[in-house]
Amino acid sequence: MFYRAHVLVEMTSGSIALGAAQLKEQLEREIARLGLQDEVKVLETGSFGAAIPSPFIAVYPDNIVYAPVSVQHVRKIVEEHLLKGRVVKELLFIGERGRDVTAFIPLSPMAKEKRVVLRNCGLIDPLNIEEYIARDGYMALAKVLTEMTPEEVIEVVKRSGLQGRGGAGFPTGLKWEFTRRAEGEEKYIVCNADEGEPGTFKDRLILEGDPHSVLEAMAIAGYAVGAREGYIYVRAEYPQSIRHLEVAIVQARERGLLGERILGTSFSFDVKIRRGAGAYVCGEETALLESIEGKRGEPRVKPPYPPQRGLWGKPTVINNVETLANIPPIILNGPEWFRGIGTPTCPGTKVFTLTGNVNTLGLVEVPMGITLRELVFEIGGGIRGGHGLKLVQTGGPSGGTMTPDLLDVPMAFDTLPRYNSALGSGALTVIDDTHCIVDVVRNFAEFFLHESCGKCTPCRVGNRRIVDILERIAKGLGTLEDLEKLSYLGHYMKATAFCGLGQAAPNPLLRCLEFFRDEFEAHVREKRCPQGICAMKPQAQPKKTLRV
Amino acid sequence: MVKVTSEMREKAQTVSLVTIYLDGREVRVPEGVTLLEACRMEGIHVPTLCHFEGLSPWGGCRMCVVEVEGQPNLVASCVTQVRGGMRIWTSSKKVREARKTNLELLLSNHPLDCQLCDRNGSCELQSLAYQFGIREIRFQGERKVYEVDQSSPSIKRDPNRCILCGRCVRTCREIQTVCAIDFANRGFETVISPSLGLPLGESVCVNCGQCILACPTGALSEVSHVEMVWDAINDPQKFVILQTAPAVRVSIGEPFGLPPGTVTTGKMVAAFRRLGFDRVFDTNFAADLTIIEEGHEFIARLQQGGKLPLITSCSPGWIKFMEHFYPELMENVSTCKSPQQMFGAVAKTYYAQKLGIDPKDMVVVSIMPCTAKKFECQRDEMRASGFQDVDFSLTTREAARMLQEKGIDLKEMPEEDFDDPLGISTGAAAVFGATGGVMEAALRSVYEILTGKTLEKVDFYSVRGMDGVKEATVEINGMEIHVAVAHGLGNARKVLDEVKAGRSKYHFIEIMACPGGCIGGGGQPIPTNLEIRMKRIEAIYQVDRSLPLRKSHENPAIKRLYEEFLGEPNGERAHHLLHTHYVPRERM
Repeated sequence: MFYRAHVLVEMTSGSIALGAAQLKEQLEREIARLGLQDEVKVLETGSFGAAIPSPFIAVYPDNIVYAPVSVQHVRKIVEEHLLKGRVVKELLFIGERGRDVTAFIPLSPMAKEKRVVLRNCGLIDPLNIEEYIARDGYMALAKVLTEMTPEEVIEVVKRSGLQGRGGAGFPTGLKWEFTRRAEGEEKYIVCNADEGEPGTFKDRLILEGDPHSVLEAMAIAGYAVGAREGYIYVRAEYPQSIRHLEVAIVQARERGLLGERILGTSFSFDVKIRRGAGAYVCGEETALLESIEGKRGEPRVKPPYPPQRGLWGKPTVINNVETLANIPPIILNGPEWFRGIGTPTCPGTKVFTLTGNVNTLGLVEVPMGITLRELVFEIGGGIRGGHGLKLVQTGGPSGGTMTPDLLDVPMAFDTLPRYNSALGSGALTVIDDTHCIVDVVRNFAEFFLHESCGKCTPCRVGNRRIVDILERIAKGLGTLEDLEKLSYLGHYMKATAFCGLGQAAPNPLLRCLEFFRDEFEAHVREKRCPQGICAMKPQAQPKKTLRV
Repeated sequence: MVKVTSEMREKAQTVSLVTIYLDGREVRVPEGVTLLEACRMEGIHVPTLCHFEGLSPWGGCRMCVVEVEGQPNLVASCVTQVRGGMRIWTSSKKVREARKTNLELLLSNHPLDCQLCDRNGSCELQSLAYQFGIREIRFQGERKVYEVDQSSPSIKRDPNRCILCGRCVRTCREIQTVCAIDFANRGFETVISPSLGLPLGESVCVNCGQCILACPTGALSEVSHVEMVWDAINDPQKFVILQTAPAVRVSIGEPFGLPPGTVTTGKMVAAFRRLGFDRVFDTNFAADLTIIEEGHEFIARLQQGGKLPLITSCSPGWIKFMEHFYPELMENVSTCKSPQQMFGAVAKTYYAQKLGIDPKDMVVVSIMPCTAKKFECQRDEMRASGFQDVDFSLTTREAARMLQEKGIDLKEMPEEDFDDPLGISTGAAAVFGATGGVMEAALRSVYEILTGKTLEKVDFYSVRGMDGVKEATVEINGMEIHVAVAHGLGNARKVLDEVKAGRSKYHFIEIMACPGGCIGGGGQPIPTNLEIRMKRIEAIYQVDRSLPLRKSHENPAIKRLYEEFLGEPNGERAHHLLHTHYVPRERM
């Protein structure tokens, strides 16, 4: 059946929270009321990122975007645009610098954006495999299965310089090579979709907007390393991601793109979904494996690393969602194309999630090497309310703490560690200067106290004691000695904790103790909170005051 | 402190060596050992808390951290393998500070009332705090307070004293495959708990007490019967008789400073007589009785086509394990009560009659290497005399402490004999204390009863020793009898799964819940490790060799018991007093 118009409704967890489901229902009702149901088709799509506010409606082939839209706008859009063919000007999304968004495809409406991972998000219906295929979907898989040896695939990924987007930045091609070379008949591909860093939601929007890109990449990885089975470990708090993945897996199987003898070749590969139960530490790859195996989510002793002994003790590749979504374009366009994006030592793009006290919130994909200044002040439109910038926490609480002196450092896996910071998962939590540093640090510390698995002493008790001391300081009971204790505990935990969680937990604390020393000292010497946030009274209960 | 095991020495002989620099000294160590093992081979016993012999490495406590040059963070030596050229520092400033801070953080969430603790003097946390010279705890703050779990008849759990090293969890899972306890909750809220947070007494815990032996602190201990026993001794109305298990005489010297493996039978009898028991008897007497009953049960099943393999029933931990996990094998298990319970039933009937004492005034106390015996003596089935057959069951540790309270030093005691008649026993009963012993004792008697010939070689070496599962084949009257012995419930599972699958060729199987058998029981002195277990086993066979009679059916007191009171083995009265039945239990 042919339709004269397609209407895409953004259907992500975020937009659903803003009423997208009702919006879609209302659209369908209005279209039916006017008898247009055989002419106009309503479809779902993913997030387009920070560039377009949620929820949005896109009308094709007119390339018109209405955003943000609510239920009361629907009648007018249907009557005016879909029935009479007149654009509803007042609801039209006005892109940056005030220009109308009329040519929606293929132009990305935000300068500095470069869409590789998000190439399909917000453009296609994630519940329809045809739309993915229409945009070269599963071409890369067909190419590797028919034209390339597994070694050649690994060579391409290695030459592309792709590094793991989960936060650690380990070269993906090497990981695949180690797994391919590891002895064993059974091997596994695991997709880490347990996105738990506060402020990170890129994996969710990729899975919601383009689930097939991840499935295709897993199959390619399976072919490359010799695995027949894959698991996607996705947090249970992502029901929309799970639903889209479930639909995508069924559709891929129906078309012979997953399952036995894919595309008629001798290669078979299938994918199962495993839901995480909300433990942050299960994003740590070995704790994730324990969880898939049905055990308590605690990190394993490393080495052996997963490429040697992973899931069920078998060689295993564990890649992040964003890492995998990069694979099909790399296969199709070649490693040199990928190397042409980003920096020489850190090629490609990075998806960042802007949150906190910044004007524009949401997802944005940019080349590696962009500065924090560009991200916060150009793409993010600056600090909300005209306040000054206090700090940007990159990659969530376990990532890096970027103080204003670091605004011009290029953002890449290899550059930030020079400043005791880290790119991490790509979360950017912008905190303005009305916040108290003791309060900010306590907020992060409480997160780790809550998420420590409890296996090792430094993390289990150390985080508790850090929060204890910070609570004392916020009540005006802190001493200079407490600041030394905080620093001592922080360095001890970094050196002694079992896994990355415990080692990274004191990062924000240590950086802030150094950079905001005056503010800490005001709390303990003068018993004064310069921002007026901390109660500074012994009886006061600590209140949650971080407003980002 | 873990010793260099024979396994490590073997590794050293067969594997190539690598050079490492240990605190600046060049040393050669076998490839593939951990840094912890390498240090121990060089005489440096790096402190540990979560590391424990026989369990998988855990790496959680971080006490064993060392500095490896070129690595930004400290590494846990228990989970890191040596590599050639490594430069390791085991007591640098960074290492010492980290370990000390670990201790302070553990102590900051631990009661500091060592005097009130069951493990005062044998606590590893206490020793480390002393060795590190901890004089203050710099990091104070919130403390967790938990209710003490006293629901189990055998084991008391005090989570307040727990340092979350997980040794109990791994013991229960890896050695015993019971999985009664595990970590629950997360982070600072982490606590070790039976499943669903139920009390231990309602869990699948089999009461073996191996977790107590593994616990470095006072978080796990036996439910004490000490006060009840004192009260009985001090009550002039009560006639208090004692039975001592085979494994106690080779271990109770340890709390008094005697080396493991010292046989202290005579001194032990003298000591407990001085403690105030009216009679000091021997569980070994009842062990001989068990062999007669169980031997005849085996012969009957063999000759009349009864259910085989027959599986022994002396170990109450094993019995509860079977009731939870292998109820389908219930008919394979011997109906014989354990020696402790046979003793109680005979004492409160036969012996009470003999003395003309009302059994209600008689108190039977046992000293056992076992915590499950406390559960066993309280089972509903164990009241054949019309009263609770065994009133109180003390562990070896509790019994030693009672002697110490009174001021009796076992070492100074003269050698005295058990009282008559329930103190007379043979070497066959003595070996009950070691894995393979019940099988060996049974074979000695079954052979002679069936063939009518004298068994010349009474030592069955193939069922002895610390191998997890042992097998032997004995020819009796031209028939090949296949037997197996398993100790530790994980090993038992291997044999039982074969039986369940119908692949087992065995006629007779001995199962002991604890590694090494009763000498390695959960009620034994701490430490109990592989080396000490082996020494106690040697001592058990020394007792056997030293006795004039080495076959249960030769025990004159047992013969008299049948003549005067019981009648025939497996007869009606014997059945009523000496046999029991089992109850299926849930798996959770």
